[in-house]
Amino acid sequence: MFTFIARRLGLLIPTFFGITLLTFSLIRLIPGDPVEVMMGERRVDPEMHAQALERLGLNKPLYEQYLNYIGDLAQGNLGESLRTRESVWHEFLTLFPATLELSLAALLFAGTLGLLAGVIAALKRGSLFDHGVMGISLAGYSMPIFWWGLLLIMFFSVWLGWTPVSGRIDLLYDIEPVTGFMLIDTLLSDEEGAFLDAVRHLILPAIVLGTIPLAVIARMTRSAMLEVLREDYVRTARAKGLSPTRVIFVHGLRNALIPVLTVFGLQVGALLAGAVLTETIFSWPGIGKWLIESIGARDYPVVQNGILLIACLVILVNFVVDILYGLANPRIRHQR
Amino acid sequence: MRSTLRFLPLLLALSTAASVAYGKNLVVCTEASPEGFDMVQYTTAVTADAASQTIFNRLVGFKPGTTEPVPELAESWDISADGLTYTFHLRRGVKFQSTDYFNPSRDFNADDVLFTFQRQLDPTHPWHASSKVGYPYFESMGFRELLEAVEKRDDHTVVFTLSRPEAPFLVDLAMAFTSIYSAEYADQLLKAGHPEQLNSKPIGTGPFILSRYTKDSQVRFKANPTYFLGKPPSDGLVFAITTDSNVRLQKLRANECQVALYPRPEDVPRLKADSNLKVAEIAAMVTAYVAINTSKPYLSDPRVREAINLAFDKGAYVDALYGHDNALAGIAPYPPTLLGFNPQLKNPPRDLAKARDLLKQAGVPEGTVFTLFTRNGGGVTNPNPLLGAQMLQADLAAIGIKLQIRVMEWAEMLKRAKSGEHDLVSAGWAGDNGDPDNFLTPMLSCEAAKNGENYARWCNPRFQALIDQARAKTEPAARAALYEQALALFAQDLPWLSRAHPKLFTVIRTNVEGYTISPLTYNNFATTRAE
Repeated sequence: MFTFIARRLGLLIPTFFGITLLTFSLIRLIPGDPVEVMMGERRVDPEMHAQALERLGLNKPLYEQYLNYIGDLAQGNLGESLRTRESVWHEFLTLFPATLELSLAALLFAGTLGLLAGVIAALKRGSLFDHGVMGISLAGYSMPIFWWGLLLIMFFSVWLGWTPVSGRIDLLYDIEPVTGFMLIDTLLSDEEGAFLDAVRHLILPAIVLGTIPLAVIARMTRSAMLEVLREDYVRTARAKGLSPTRVIFVHGLRNALIPVLTVFGLQVGALLAGAVLTETIFSWPGIGKWLIESIGARDYPVVQNGILLIACLVILVNFVVDILYGLANPRIRHQR
Repeated sequence: MRSTLRFLPLLLALSTAASVAYGKNLVVCTEASPEGFDMVQYTTAVTADAASQTIFNRLVGFKPGTTEPVPELAESWDISADGLTYTFHLRRGVKFQSTDYFNPSRDFNADDVLFTFQRQLDPTHPWHASSKVGYPYFESMGFRELLEAVEKRDDHTVVFTLSRPEAPFLVDLAMAFTSIYSAEYADQLLKAGHPEQLNSKPIGTGPFILSRYTKDSQVRFKANPTYFLGKPPSDGLVFAITTDSNVRLQKLRANECQVALYPRPEDVPRLKADSNLKVAEIAAMVTAYVAINTSKPYLSDPRVREAINLAFDKGAYVDALYGHDNALAGIAPYPPTLLGFNPQLKNPPRDLAKARDLLKQAGVPEGTVFTLFTRNGGGVTNPNPLLGAQMLQADLAAIGIKLQIRVMEWAEMLKRAKSGEHDLVSAGWAGDNGDPDNFLTPMLSCEAAKNGENYARWCNPRFQALIDQARAKTEPAARAALYEQALALFAQDLPWLSRAHPKLFTVIRTNVEGYTISPLTYNNFATTRAE
């Protein structure tokens, strides 16, 4: 097992450097530097332009800029945003909890409903329910997030008035950000009703962000369950006279969960990608919007390090999944 | 069904918070986060609203709803006969904001004015290097060359000496980048070794004090009880950052905000029909245009540029992109509300036959291909760039010109346009101060042609002489006469296809009073309240 973990860890190093090189080069391939973008259509004084580039260290050869970047990273310095002049780490810490809270809520929504719908659809294969679930999940998978979000806002927020239109909490509440997780911060604050209000604000964005993972999980659970239910050991369990619930959940679902867990792991990346649109629709102050705006502004430190931090997170999740596989299936451990 | 109904009380309980009253807070749905609060480092309108219009004041202000300069922190001013010396007499008894991080020991005085300008002007000033990207607005407005000296005569008098007479100087001083900072607070920060806090913990003399900023979420202000023009009627001001214009409107309808900025022009008729809402509108200092690269083959011939102008259906363009009555068909480089616009100046009727004749005279073969650069996305100056490009493409096809459309990201488009790669480029300009020079010098001067900001690369020495003379004169009638001549030259040479002068809109709930829309994309809520 130790060799397996060491091998996996060894693979992380080139991956890490690959990401730094990719983000560093890609953002610089787009025409326009940060000073030009900031000035827009206005006159760019050549002297001021040169001075600004020098102060930002952008007048140096690219290889030198890259080495400086790696040097800074080695010292744990992620630099500061060229646009807001705030430290990138500070901005990430301010915004990431919002994305994480939303993603976890979406995953909870997708996981619970997806597993349940998938299991029932498998058990009632060929029924109206099965066709309904599969049809809806296909529609959910193909749904443009922007359109879906606006539709839900129109229906639940404007027409029924059940949920708020956007944001993380009603602006009536002035919540001190302690952890950055609104649900926790509202509980820590002594503002009455704030927690429930934060929950209300989370409902629609979580549904919108969770729709595609829900569809994927439901379909995957269904097909995995169908396969497992045909296995000999399930037949044996039934023959032994075990209760149907025990057969389905202990013998069936537990084994069907392995491919489903893979999908769960993959959805972490998908959720972060989907969060960009959901955050825009619901004015959710997360990292998706932050990165998109930073690309537009050629905010090199934010783009480089923001993507790097997210990539590290995805790598970490996949690393943990790899290890779990190794634990679950010894054959994987011995693969070269 | 029964199981659904079981959740209904929970949803209803959850939804009650929506009806809680907002007290005397005013919530404004804005479209983006401010970049920071050290105004002189930034150029965007959204930062100007969150910093210069709320926290700070300037020596000169704009009369609400106009571009007329009025006294603000300066009570009055004298201009020398040669137009080179401006003496400002400062208002007394103006207090800087008190917060938990700064308590002023003195009132606003000449030292604060000196600090504000010397910081940007003097490379040896201890605060000059605090902005890594320099002072973009100060530089782009040419203040480094314009300001010869800024001196304190006494605590309440400041003298500005200019290197050349500059008629727009007063309105320049009403712009966001001249917001006056507290020199005492700057000293405190420097001594504490935290100059960067000027950007996150600002102190000004303005109507609101910053209380909290959560990036991409909200900016919260509280009313400044010592504001020299009287405490604002709203106890609190909240900017709810809401990027999508549809969502801003939904929030407004749900009373989650009382003011929504920048609705899409095509939504305006529906908003006007809503009995809970009011739409404030004004002819903006904005021009949407297509610059024709006069350094390119065929396009260097004024007859070809005239043909392009004659072929384009401006009425249809305005109706499709802005909605009928939401914009004026473009006539000149700047809107008719500005000084020197000759009311006799009219667009000639669309005439395809004449356009074809002109192309023939200029020897342009049928099927000649021109390339139009246009941006993706959209904004105040151009709500739907691709549609606008396609309309021009169709109109030019009718006179035998093939227009190739190249859609690119805004910054990339600017970079390529500045280096003159385009034949035509779709652009727009929002004026900063209501002076004609603010349109003509940055976009049509010979210097701008050299630097690339003049996308038409058009340099007409007679035009240049006229705008130089107009800039140097302070007498409005004399300036107007010069600008009339300059606009006539523009109409003759047609380096642009001036497409539209759009209106600006702000939507407010009917219970909101005291809001005046500005033609300059500034939003000030010092006198606004929700009943």
